[in-house]
Amino acid sequence: MNSQAVLAAQSGRTDFDVIAGWVAPHATVLDLGCGDGALLRHLARACEVHGYGVEISDENVLACVKAGVNIIQSNLEAGLAGFEDGAFDCVILSQTLQAMRNTEEIIKEMLRVGREAIVTFPNFGYWRHRWQIGIEGHMPVSERLPYEWYNTPNIHLCTIVDFENFCRQRGIEIIARQVLHEGEEVRWLPNLRGSLAVFRFRRAG
Amino acid sequence: MAEGSSVGAVVAQRMHFDEPLHCRSGAVLDAYDLAYETYGALNAERSNAVLICHALNASHHVAGWYADDPKDIGWWDNMIGPGKPVDTNHFFVIGVNNLGGCFGSTGPASIDPKTGQAYGSRFPVVTVEDWVAAQARLADRLGIHQFAAVMGGSLGAMQAIQWAIGYPERVRNAIVIAAAPKLSAQNIAFNEVARQAITTDPDFHGGDFYAHGVLPRRGLRLARMIGHITYLSDDAMMEKFGRGLRSGAIGFHFGVDFEIESYLRHQGDKFSNYFDANTYLLITRALDYFDPALEHDGSLSAALAGTQARFLVVSFTSDWRFSPARSREIVQALLDDKRDVSYAEIDAPHGHDAFLLDDPRYLGVLRAYFENIAEGGA
Repeated sequence: MNSQAVLAAQSGRTDFDVIAGWVAPHATVLDLGCGDGALLRHLARACEVHGYGVEISDENVLACVKAGVNIIQSNLEAGLAGFEDGAFDCVILSQTLQAMRNTEEIIKEMLRVGREAIVTFPNFGYWRHRWQIGIEGHMPVSERLPYEWYNTPNIHLCTIVDFENFCRQRGIEIIARQVLHEGEEVRWLPNLRGSLAVFRFRRAG
Repeated sequence: MAEGSSVGAVVAQRMHFDEPLHCRSGAVLDAYDLAYETYGALNAERSNAVLICHALNASHHVAGWYADDPKDIGWWDNMIGPGKPVDTNHFFVIGVNNLGGCFGSTGPASIDPKTGQAYGSRFPVVTVEDWVAAQARLADRLGIHQFAAVMGGSLGAMQAIQWAIGYPERVRNAIVIAAAPKLSAQNIAFNEVARQAITTDPDFHGGDFYAHGVLPRRGLRLARMIGHITYLSDDAMMEKFGRGLRSGAIGFHFGVDFEIESYLRHQGDKFSNYFDANTYLLITRALDYFDPALEHDGSLSAALAGTQARFLVVSFTSDWRFSPARSREIVQALLDDKRDVSYAEIDAPHGHDAFLLDDPRYLGVLRAYFENIAEGGA
């Protein structure tokens, strides 16, 4: 789960910019799987958020302490038991969803402790991924999915359509969606041409 | 992990206070002394002071050594010194022996000026709040309005919490290590067994053993043995001693067979020679009574709502005396209050004592945190 910083650098931080555009100034933000705290520092500069990160790895906890980012060492797979209902304006899961074991549970927990949630994930439906598996017949490897099948931490890959269906079935309201490729927004055929999806959502009703 | 060097030879100092201290119990201590040590230099802005609060059996001798006793090294010497996590090249560090102690501050063995006799059983039952109030007066005298950090492990961490609650504008950072927001029934139970060991020792004389020229050594010894067991994890104890035998074979007697027995007896004997029995009672009671949430209908969030400090909370996975779950209670309350807080849960095998030991992850987090404080202008 420490791939966030690497991927952010590769993407020119555009998902950071999208997220910053969706977070209200001075909001209280929880960033799950926050890596070295790069996104929280970005949000602190861009929207003066009051942020906390959650990380399991000692290395990333140390990096966050060094960066002066509030960091809570905790295992996301165990849920967010230490966090109260509605404690945060926004809960973010950036490029970590696909590596979670308990995907459904973490989304539920995000919507419990946050009034809104933002997730970003690599779009498995991106045409190069489809080409590699459909024509070349091997598991996709790309800048968004830089791992081989045998060493990937990504165990719950999905497409933009999959995620939208998931939300619809669970009464989750998608407030906004932006699909990106190489730092540019993809409006036409996003599930085919976009490699990175950013969703903003909340409990419906 | 022996980065940095020692602060070198240090000298203990003593400050006398004439202003009466009104204790939480209602008792009044008319005058008292506090023993303390300092390391590093206070900067011109007086903004780089760090207060170190001690736990059950420690003292103001936090770092360095005494010229006349070079083996007497401060109890947190691995944490504090030039180039160490709490770097005395940047920070002015103060260690203080708490009221009721037995290492130079006024305590039960001190002479009560009213009677000309040792206080003994008449020494007030002091609390964490009383200690912190006395420490605040020491800070006043030293010209320190605001600490860059107040820091402690275990009972010392409770004092750091109390500082942040009682003197919010005087603490920029509270470093809370291996802590609990209050003792559990099990914790109080351990303390009670230790106290019973002391108070039922025939040499205790109701706390006034000084006049009898004896020391309740057997009681103190037992108290220390019980305490020591709770400071170590089962794994750490097994790792260190296993079922090792002193003489290679079991002896079919009740003397020392196992290495662990020998170790506990040695620790107990050593402790009973230098620690005051009344101080042990007082300090365990201060632990029992600490519960900042009590006057807020049990809400720790409410108790911490007025704090202004940034918090660093650290726990150790194998600490069963003050488990990580207890530290997470503190973190949760601070999150409720939207206070700045970071929490590191160190996967260390040693149990509660881990806060005194060299674990690179633990010391690394402390070092990074203090570097940020230093860069922030302290």
